[in-house]
Amino acid sequence: MTGAAPPPLPAGAPLLEATGISKAFFGVAALTDVDVRIERGEVMALLGENGAGKSTLVKILTGAYRLDAGSIRLEGAPIEPRSVADAQGLGIGTVYQEVNLLPNLSVAENLYLGRQPRTRLGFLDGRRMQRDARALLARYGLAIDPGSLLGTYSVAVQQIVAIARAVDLSGKILVLDEPTASLDARETAMLFDVVRQLKREGLGIVIITHFLDQVFAIADRVTVLRNGRLVGSKPITELDRLSLITMMLGRELKEETLGRSGGEAAISSKPLVSFRNYGKRGSIEPFDLDIGRGEVVGIAGLLGSGRTETARLAFGADKPDSGTLTVEGEAVSVTSPETAVAQGFAFCPEERKIDGIVADLSVRENIILALQARRGWMKPLPRAEQIAIADRYIKALDIRTAHRDLPIKFLSGGNQQKAILARWLATDPRFLILDEPTRGIDVGAHAEIIRLIEDLRARGLSLLVVSSELEELVAYASRVVVLADHRHVAELSGEAMNPSAIMAAIARPHGSAEPATREVAA
Amino acid sequence: MRIDTRNLPFLATLAIFVVAYALCVSQFPAMLSTRVAMNLLTDNAFLGIAAVGMTFVILSGGIDLSIGSVIAFTSVFTAVTVGAGLHPAIVLLLVLVLTTAFGAAMGGMIHLLKMPPFVVTLAGMFLARGAAFLISTQSVPLSHPFIDALSSFYFRLPGGGRLTSIAMLMIAVFVVGTIVARRTRFGANIYALGGNPQSAELMGVPIGRTTVAIYATSGFLAGLSGIVYTLYTSAGYSLATVGVELDAIAAVVIGGTLLTGGAGLVAGTFIGILIQGLIQTYIVFDGTLSSWWTKIAIGVLLFLFIALQRTILWSTERGQASRRTAAMGAT
Repeated sequence: MTGAAPPPLPAGAPLLEATGISKAFFGVAALTDVDVRIERGEVMALLGENGAGKSTLVKILTGAYRLDAGSIRLEGAPIEPRSVADAQGLGIGTVYQEVNLLPNLSVAENLYLGRQPRTRLGFLDGRRMQRDARALLARYGLAIDPGSLLGTYSVAVQQIVAIARAVDLSGKILVLDEPTASLDARETAMLFDVVRQLKREGLGIVIITHFLDQVFAIADRVTVLRNGRLVGSKPITELDRLSLITMMLGRELKEETLGRSGGEAAISSKPLVSFRNYGKRGSIEPFDLDIGRGEVVGIAGLLGSGRTETARLAFGADKPDSGTLTVEGEAVSVTSPETAVAQGFAFCPEERKIDGIVADLSVRENIILALQARRGWMKPLPRAEQIAIADRYIKALDIRTAHRDLPIKFLSGGNQQKAILARWLATDPRFLILDEPTRGIDVGAHAEIIRLIEDLRARGLSLLVVSSELEELVAYASRVVVLADHRHVAELSGEAMNPSAIMAAIARPHGSAEPATREVAA
Repeated sequence: MRIDTRNLPFLATLAIFVVAYALCVSQFPAMLSTRVAMNLLTDNAFLGIAAVGMTFVILSGGIDLSIGSVIAFTSVFTAVTVGAGLHPAIVLLLVLVLTTAFGAAMGGMIHLLKMPPFVVTLAGMFLARGAAFLISTQSVPLSHPFIDALSSFYFRLPGGGRLTSIAMLMIAVFVVGTIVARRTRFGANIYALGGNPQSAELMGVPIGRTTVAIYATSGFLAGLSGIVYTLYTSAGYSLATVGVELDAIAAVVIGGTLLTGGAGLVAGTFIGILIQGLIQTYIVFDGTLSSWWTKIAIGVLLFLFIALQRTILWSTERGQASRRTAAMGAT
């Protein structure tokens, strides 16, 4: 598909080599000194949790972002892609998770937009375009009518059309960003056939995915990023599931070691909330979970394992389709955030920027939001009371803001997180659900958030905390539920609850019939 | 041949026009004559030309509210400068350069300032109308041998119809417009932009250049429409053609173009114009109906077409959603 035979490379030079890549947004480092290299005819899987820097790295390689420091060499020659089109011209093509084609145009028009064949008079040669499109798609095993609208085909077909376009345009490197996220098993196999074919033709392929099985199925080498830094890059043959998960979640060098607080002593015998056979089809399989008063239960698992789904289900942000929930022994129905708030539940979501803060409202307005919603909008909180509440939490949680009326978007990530926490604490909840409370905030602020979690526990709140920072999780949680493939696969507590045990539980192959194991050390 | 959902709104418009024309003819057989048909073209020539520009703008996901004001400006400018002694050929050239530049400037602002086209062209609307008033608040008669020669040129058709110069010009504009939309890269870029500007940009469509060109084209065609209007009325008046941009939008939407952009045909707009003209003609033939019935009929048609577009959108979205859930269920 690359047309002419590839020119000989300088001896030993990889197809693409990026060294010392750094990028910061508004002073917050997204990538720090990352090296990455891709060989001809190689599939490299790029792995990492949310916010690890995968997409930033890909966007730098594909020209969407400019790098702050570092250099990129393609076939030994330094390049500096200025735009996506520029990178394409150099030979680096991208296909995004959300297919970035135009469903309102025909398949052929999508393949050739901007480079349509023209007649001698300069008009588009529709017939030739259809013919070329048919021939191009046939090489990918697609026998579809190129004259039909792209939007009438399935996502898998659209994905392959996007790949065909990208490879036809660039032809050296193909970046696939979560290509299988919305494909079924058969469609994924079809896509991987295409990837293997391109690999044989000498392309370098970068694939971002969070499905480990797919990594082992398709990748030749794995590169893992974490918190914007390179953890390592290894041939797949040197890795098994556990070593791969360890690279993704394993211990990071931290200056302070966290003492374990656990908090088992404070747990009362009766659970505050108790989920039985609680689940939602296609999202998370039914699970049982009890959380006592003054207890922190942790949720661990890889991206896409169902951890966020568990949190959303517990809060009623998603509706369960099986199971029961009791609060203090009383059966209740929590099928919407509104009913959850009425039960004294609170939820700080992972995507702070999207689901959490209202960027243009002030710190004060953001803090009183949930309380106001609970009172009903017809009964506004008196301004003096608003100020009192805002000031109390700004002081109590040490939210660093120049003023309570500053729009919250000007605060740092850690302080925004604390403001959202304050919003929910103002409603005086019994049960607090936190999804990745330390994601995307400075390492220094981690300790403050953890201290806050411990304070809240000590005050008798029940907490359910989703986190990929396993070291931190085992420090403040009394139990950790491990998720994999949308199922609760293990529940660890006591001495059995440590990062390596959690990673081992994630890595263990999970037969779908076998029940979740419970490992409790005496 | 299989019917593409893309062409469904156009075919619906065409069917409505054919049925409506047949009904009109069954009541007033005289409406079948070439005379009526040619008058219909001549009377709506200026609107048709402006509506082609509006079609491009709407296909790209934008809107141009300045058209009516630009037509008025053109007519006043032409009448006053020709009255002052400039040769009409120079004036016509000059006015086209001016309106094209005006459109290009609006396109540039829309792109560079990332402003909604609605706001920018609203400002353009006031600006052009104000400029027309500045030149003259009176109705300025226009008389020049060159102008008279242009406006009185026609082909006589069997049955007594006159294919006038301005009707021919409108047909030519529709033909060229169709070719540009379907057979050039510029046309393809307009559809791409209307589909999704972010995707279009990632696919290498020159967003800025295309946006400027689209509004420049709309400005040029509004200028041309203004010239045709001046020939048609033999006068320039700054209060003329108020709200013509809305008639043009109505013709585009009735013609089956999606108001959100990305789908539609230039030929559809032609049918949209004919439907509006047909309603007016019917009211003239009837003689007892108020001319405001035109507006009511157009309003009803617009509602119908917006509802039709929604249903088509919903049905395709449902199709996609069911495919997607099928894909998820299998994992």
